[in-house]
Amino acid sequence: MNAFLKDIKTFPLGGVHPQEYKLSADIPTEKLALPKMVSIPISQHIGVPAKPVVNARDKVKVGQVIAKNEGFVSTNIHASVSGMVTKIDRVLDSTGYKRDAIIIRVDGDEWLPEIDQTDEIKREISVESDEIVKKIAEAGIVGLGGATFPSHVKLAIPKGKKADCLIINGVECEPYLTSDHRIMLEKTEEVLVGTQILMKALKVEQCWIGIEINKADAIAALKKMCVQYPGIQVQPLKVHYPQGGEKQLIKAVLNREVPAGGLPIDVGVVVQNVGTAFAVYEAIQKNKPLIERVVTVTGKSVLKPSNLWVRIGTPVQELIDFVGGLPEDTGKIISGGPMMGKALNDTEIPVAKGTSGILIIPSEEAHRKPMKVCIRCSQCVGVCPMGLEPYLLMTLTQKELYERLEEDQVLNCIECGSCAYTCPSDRPILDYIRLGKKTVLSIIKERNNKK
Amino acid sequence: MSSQLLTVSPSPHIHQQQQTVSNLMFGVVIALTPAFIVSLVVFGVGAIKVTLAGVFFCMLFEYLISKYLLKKEANLADGSAIITGILLAFNLPANLPIWIIAIGSLVAIGLGKMAFGGLGNNPFNPAMVGRVFLLISFPVPMTSWPVAMESQWRLADGVTGATPMEIFKEGLEAGLPISEIMGQLPSYFTLFLGGQGGCIGEVSGLALFLGFLYMLYKKIITWHIPVSLLATVFALTGLFWMINPAQYADPVFQVITGGLLLGAFYMATDYVTSPMTSKGMLIYGVGIGVFTVVIRLWGSYPEGISFAILIMNGFVPLINKYVKPRRFGEVKPA
Repeated sequence: MNAFLKDIKTFPLGGVHPQEYKLSADIPTEKLALPKMVSIPISQHIGVPAKPVVNARDKVKVGQVIAKNEGFVSTNIHASVSGMVTKIDRVLDSTGYKRDAIIIRVDGDEWLPEIDQTDEIKREISVESDEIVKKIAEAGIVGLGGATFPSHVKLAIPKGKKADCLIINGVECEPYLTSDHRIMLEKTEEVLVGTQILMKALKVEQCWIGIEINKADAIAALKKMCVQYPGIQVQPLKVHYPQGGEKQLIKAVLNREVPAGGLPIDVGVVVQNVGTAFAVYEAIQKNKPLIERVVTVTGKSVLKPSNLWVRIGTPVQELIDFVGGLPEDTGKIISGGPMMGKALNDTEIPVAKGTSGILIIPSEEAHRKPMKVCIRCSQCVGVCPMGLEPYLLMTLTQKELYERLEEDQVLNCIECGSCAYTCPSDRPILDYIRLGKKTVLSIIKERNNKK
Repeated sequence: MSSQLLTVSPSPHIHQQQQTVSNLMFGVVIALTPAFIVSLVVFGVGAIKVTLAGVFFCMLFEYLISKYLLKKEANLADGSAIITGILLAFNLPANLPIWIIAIGSLVAIGLGKMAFGGLGNNPFNPAMVGRVFLLISFPVPMTSWPVAMESQWRLADGVTGATPMEIFKEGLEAGLPISEIMGQLPSYFTLFLGGQGGCIGEVSGLALFLGFLYMLYKKIITWHIPVSLLATVFALTGLFWMINPAQYADPVFQVITGGLLLGAFYMATDYVTSPMTSKGMLIYGVGIGVFTVVIRLWGSYPEGISFAILIMNGFVPLINKYVKPRRFGEVKPA
């Protein structure tokens, strides 16, 4: 047994352990060839969609801003390829809706001259704290774990609050996904420099990198390297879904509990994903905006599960072609992991900043089993990491008892899916909770408007 | 690839494979097997007869009521009627006439379960409803126990005798000193292994305990209800024993005899009729323990667990309403 297994931590409440299926864990990243055409959605983040600043027939270079942020909770979008803008059109994206995207026909691979394309590691941080946040905002960086919240918003500490430490999320608790794992292994030092930059931006002295112990090699690599980076420590974590949920991670690592309805900063913490830390490194040290990311393309029937560097806007079909085409028994294609990812209804949907994986599920696993009656076994209550009563929230939604839904804290649900995953009666608990949550939110909004 | 071939649904996209409703129910059946084997040794043919009759009639009535009264598909495959049948039978003497078992099954399934809408909707434990109905309606056959290890292979007219609990209570009423009453009983070790008269399922604490461990291991139930229930019974009876050892039996005797272990491991843990949160389960277990002790020590019945479970079943909706899990983030902001 490795020595680090001694101080494994985890969150105390609920959780499940789905089979891991990290099929692509040992497969090094490869660069996916440039597609002929990319469609880059202007809304790849939480917040206001960016505003296009290019027109049809404009020539663009890699790294050029093609859509500007609109307000604070928004971010820039950059050209991920060089070529000509053919049009700005509505394109199907992973939400299942058609939304505005900038379509570029690829021509060569011409980068903006100020971007440093070399692999040489630049350790010296010469940018000041405020400047860092500004540059991160300009580089269009969002949370790359899948939540896609603009990173500069998280780094801007609200008045009256203070951050005393940073947590880097290398948990990757979703089954199948390995993109963060590969980044930690292949870009170990870059991640640490990126982490240092984030610490400098937040003016904090301490940082933990939380990693589940099914990535022992990544833990070892970072542990070995981080001695050269004062203040940064690696925290091994139990394989326990949803360990990577922000609130669960903070509880596990620091034993601090984010108050209901609150944010990590309320307990003095900022959490960023390892992929985000790498993107920050590239933005600050290499002048490279967020134009590509690692995407795990995997599935039980996939010929060649892979981890690919993919330019933002590349159609999912190109990724599938790379791994040997769509298996014959394909039933479902998921953007993200199997617990929280979104099912795609088309393979032409473009890869966006939040696309951590493309998971292909065989048809026999693609359908849910018919729902049976609730036998009140209370497993859903036991696995809820937020201490809610999922069975009750489902019933209250069905009965449209929205006041009681609010009282029973439906808004605290993090939609991790542990309840529906566990239910022996195959009840679609989370579907109903989402519906109830949405309705309660709109009721609250209306109530506040009246005041 | 044409897009209409893809399935689209909200997350989660995977589901655990180990536990389905019928898996859970059959897990309970497996857990009850050791107790059944011991009852075969102790009571012989009678145990088979009563258990099969219980299972048969419970399934039959579930089927008939679903099909002809509720006019919906009977779901016998979920195994819940089988469990009710086994648990009802386990709470009956091995020499009970079959027609009484049929009535008990009808009450358990019809009144205890289907009248409320079937599986998942019944507030009271169906097997307990059936058992208590029989106990009140047929007090004599329900309390004439075949003597353990004597009449195993006779189909009728075996020798009957009293349970340890009855011997104890009657002895007290006759004014015998405790030491003399205890002298009439087998050793605790024999009692725990299976040497007591009584209902089919309650004779061997050891076998019941093995089944309990199995259910814990398979995560079919959690420890909360059985442990809080047994701890309460042990503590309360221990308290009275310490106050007056001439009047009250010691706590070990109280825990290993009678239907307490069967009730604590298999009846009180019934999913449908027990609370949904671990805190609620602890309250429920303590409540059953208190009522059991009160009935055993001061009630007119020697045994109290069935009544105690039914009483606490009635409190479950209240417990669920007022006892909430510990919410994440329910702390003062730092």
